[in-house]
Amino acid sequence: MSSKSDAKQEREIKIVGFLCNWCSYGGADTAGVCRFRQPTDLRIIRIPCTGRIDPLMIVKSLIQGADGVLVSGCHPNDCHYAVGNFYARRRMEVLKRFLPYMGFQSDRFRYTWVSASEGQIWQQVVTDFSETIHRLGPNPGLHQTVDSAPAVSWF
Amino acid sequence: MRIGVFICQCGTNIAGTVDTRAVAKKAMEFPDVVFAVDYMYTCSEPGQKEIQDAISSHRLQGVVVAACSPRMHEPTFRRAVKKAGINPYMFEQANIREHCSWIGTDREANTRKAIDMVRMSVEKLRRNQALFSTQVAVNKRVLVIGGGVAGIQAALDCSDGGLEVVMVEREPSIGGKMAKLDKTFPTIDCSSCILGPKMVDVAQKENIRLYAYSEVEAISGYIGNFKVDIRKKATYVDWNACTGCGECTQKCPSKKAFDHFNEGLGATTAINIPFPQAIPKKARIDSDYCRYLTGGKCRVCEKICPVKAIRFDMKDEIVTEEVGAIIVASGYDLFDARVYGEYGGGRYPDVISAMQYERILSASGPYGGHIRRPSDGREPKEIVFISCVGSRDISVDRPYCSGICCMYIAKQAIMTRDHIPDSNCYVSYMDIRAPGKGYDEFIRRAQEEYGVKYIRGRVGRIYPRGDRLVVQGADTLLGVQVEIEADLVVLATGVECSAGARPLAEKLRISYDQHGFYMESHPKLRPVETNTAGVFLAGVCQGPKDIPASVGQGSAAASKVQALFSRDTIETDPQVAHVNENMCIGCGKCEQVCPFGAIRMKTLRDGSRKSEVLETVCQGCGLCNATCPNKAIQLRHSTDDQILAEINTLFD
Amino acid sequence: MLKRVAYYPGCSCEGMAIEYDQSVRALCYVLGIELVGIPDWNCCGSTPSHSYDPLLGAALAGRNLAIARSQGLDVVMTPCPSCLKALKTANQVFRERPSEFLDVLGMPFSGDVRAISVLQLLYEEIGPNLIQKAVKFPFKNKKIVPYYGCLLTRPPAFAQFDDPENPVSMDRLIEAAGAAVPDFPHKTECCGAALGITQRDVVMRLTGRILDMARAVGADALAVACPLCQQNLDLRQDQVNRALKENFNLPVLYITQIIGCALGIDRKTLGIEKLAVKTDALFQSA
Repeated sequence: MSSKSDAKQEREIKIVGFLCNWCSYGGADTAGVCRFRQPTDLRIIRIPCTGRIDPLMIVKSLIQGADGVLVSGCHPNDCHYAVGNFYARRRMEVLKRFLPYMGFQSDRFRYTWVSASEGQIWQQVVTDFSETIHRLGPNPGLHQTVDSAPAVSWF
Repeated sequence: MRIGVFICQCGTNIAGTVDTRAVAKKAMEFPDVVFAVDYMYTCSEPGQKEIQDAISSHRLQGVVVAACSPRMHEPTFRRAVKKAGINPYMFEQANIREHCSWIGTDREANTRKAIDMVRMSVEKLRRNQALFSTQVAVNKRVLVIGGGVAGIQAALDCSDGGLEVVMVEREPSIGGKMAKLDKTFPTIDCSSCILGPKMVDVAQKENIRLYAYSEVEAISGYIGNFKVDIRKKATYVDWNACTGCGECTQKCPSKKAFDHFNEGLGATTAINIPFPQAIPKKARIDSDYCRYLTGGKCRVCEKICPVKAIRFDMKDEIVTEEVGAIIVASGYDLFDARVYGEYGGGRYPDVISAMQYERILSASGPYGGHIRRPSDGREPKEIVFISCVGSRDISVDRPYCSGICCMYIAKQAIMTRDHIPDSNCYVSYMDIRAPGKGYDEFIRRAQEEYGVKYIRGRVGRIYPRGDRLVVQGADTLLGVQVEIEADLVVLATGVECSAGARPLAEKLRISYDQHGFYMESHPKLRPVETNTAGVFLAGVCQGPKDIPASVGQGSAAASKVQALFSRDTIETDPQVAHVNENMCIGCGKCEQVCPFGAIRMKTLRDGSRKSEVLETVCQGCGLCNATCPNKAIQLRHSTDDQILAEINTLFD
Repeated sequence: MLKRVAYYPGCSCEGMAIEYDQSVRALCYVLGIELVGIPDWNCCGSTPSHSYDPLLGAALAGRNLAIARSQGLDVVMTPCPSCLKALKTANQVFRERPSEFLDVLGMPFSGDVRAISVLQLLYEEIGPNLIQKAVKFPFKNKKIVPYYGCLLTRPPAFAQFDDPENPVSMDRLIEAAGAAVPDFPHKTECCGAALGITQRDVVMRLTGRILDMARAVGADALAVACPLCQQNLDLRQDQVNRALKENFNLPVLYITQIIGCALGIDRKTLGIEKLAVKTDALFQSA
């Protein structure tokens, strides 16, 4: 499954997914219930709302070695908390433009809106994003291992 | 921390494509894990028992269950661990079924993924804190916004349950759209005969306080303790004194005021009582038409009023009410048919809206219940009804079905045939939607018993010929073009959100869909709740519906309020934001982004500004957490540390 | 206000509708709008090209926009609604399938050249108020009804001009020219378009209906903004009279001719004498 890499041994592609509890996490559940086949690269973190996401979490994931980061929430205007995804959209749109300056291909990050009933769309999103990441290959990272110290805040 | 991990096989649902034994074995290597096992059905009675036994025998302080989606069984397992003496928030669930075993058959890859997911849950759990709900007192008064039939039903049900009700109505009288209707489908009940007594009830109940001609200005507070500012608009009449005798309306010389109740058919006086059955039955001066207020001369009503109730110097007044719950029944508007240039609504006087026709049919309407044309007063013989005007049409941004038009057209056609037996009624329709009890039979009666001619197809154009109107359209069943020379055309205008719906939603902090209808918590299972605790919905403000459904929702919302008020205090969800005051720099950004007004700034004794979370208002979205530049505000149970720990552990 | 636009006459304005071309040029000259020719302009493709291959059809029309862009212009004005649609389609196809479009076109194209009709130019860029001020010979005591046809305002999302079913832009311009404008319900009814060649009886019926309504509302003349509509209503009026046993005698003028007359441009320059139905009565003061 993973793409070739000459020096290192083959490493499993890992994608971090941040899914809001109300829409996309439910959408991923629906896709599962319907047994829609999906690639297994995605590791989902359940969050209350996409507005909960600090863009630094996405950057942190990439620095740590995530090959891709997928954020998914309620469709704009359908946010469980009314406006959370509007804030998220703005933050992530800015982040996407910044990623290349940090040395990451912006294609490694994607955000999308999937509702709790859109299992089929979730399958498409995951499959498509996974294919993109496989095409890009493993994240070369910042070429330095970050100490595996216990997780603390950024300060 | 001593952690126990339970891997559910879910029969073969998980075990079929995930090596649960291997996952459990691997879990034993994770930090703090002292016990790990896989089990056939963890959610079953014996499965829960297994967890509880392990908690006591291994002195567990936290539990991870890897099973189905937490949206399915998180409450189940939280209850189970609570019974065994652990705080329910010292529990994490890894979703290895919907997100893993069910989406692929590669057993090895699935097992690797499942191990990762368990590892993430363990790392999160290691940073969990015991959380405790708080209790807040409930103010057992309810605010009902909107005095249409849905709001009236909600108010009366609450009142019957012994609750104090505050009702706010924008118009000078309650009754809403239903008060304007002549008859109701499918029973042809007289609308005001069945609504009237309920309106009177509202006026007479001692525990209902009615603010008519008033609007909600601002709302603050939270479930159990809302504070509502209500703007009482100036009526220029002291309603405490006014007896509704109507002397003033007889003598008012300004007789060309727009008649809102009769949809602009005919005119009324500047000082008027909207209709004979109005509640409250009080006079109001329309300041746009009053000769004194516009021109500075007249004051006839002031002289004539037997109780001296006229107050020309009256100003809007703001009053504050405190309530524990809010029922929103703010209703709807009707589509403006002028948008369809081809129908000539607004240009041709005999092309009218269905609500105008309803007023024409009504015995209390502008023509005393005689069907006449607005242009020349002649009795129409050929009447065409056009359905879906502003419904199911993407080109006017109304893709939804208004749900009531098919039925009210049938009713109006039946009434027309009743009033004028030698008339011809035509209905141009796209599809007939009649899914209610007795509804389809009613349509059939219109067609078979009353001989209403149903033509399937859209009308393309209406234009005058002489004093009649040529309706040009298609009959798509016969595949021919149709031209009808009509005396009167009735446009079945659809339902759209009330013009004030969006600003009101902002005040209530509830969400609305792209067409302005309020969002319920869950489209099937929580149809009258909103995502703002303590705010409930009733009637068409939530989406198009007919009278029975609106009344049903009114009662449903009232029963939700009564369930809420059956307790003296309410328990809050502890998964809310929390401020670390040592780190807070008082920038106030969290206060700005909070969609619920759950954060306010306070000043400490040393003069420093700190933000403070109203835990009962906070809904736990975490926007503030992501916004805080200093990370001083943290969403409990989803803290930065917890989320970062989940990320970090994936790439160790 | 626009001062300089690229001018795309299209095939009609070189032949059947030469008087439309003449009146547009004369009117724009008087109103101070410079019309810049598109060198080596080609056919917009009309109906056949996009029926055969939508991409090819779009590229055909797009070539004219690309040339206009190379001349440093960002607005192309055309008198013909059918050409207008073709030019707008080019931009739309470019937005939807940019690489394929560029492949077929084979020249630089960025989709930033706007196509507008002469009516849009008169109504939105100049405006009825300015025109009213410039009018020297208003049509006093005359009733002129506007006929928009099918394409000028439709489909609405595409045309993005005026109300699709009850347009009023021409109404306002005719009023500015001093004539009365009765309510004309058939202003967007179909005239039969190109069916005049294959199924003439259809055009006779449809055109007859429009003329009948114009007569019923008491019109002294019809105003149009489409060469094909003009042809059906004016040139075929005699055929309609024979087919329907009628005696219509309604002059059908281009909106540019009507405004031109009101502004005092001489009738010969405007090509009035080229119209089939004689206009003498319209210019006699009542």
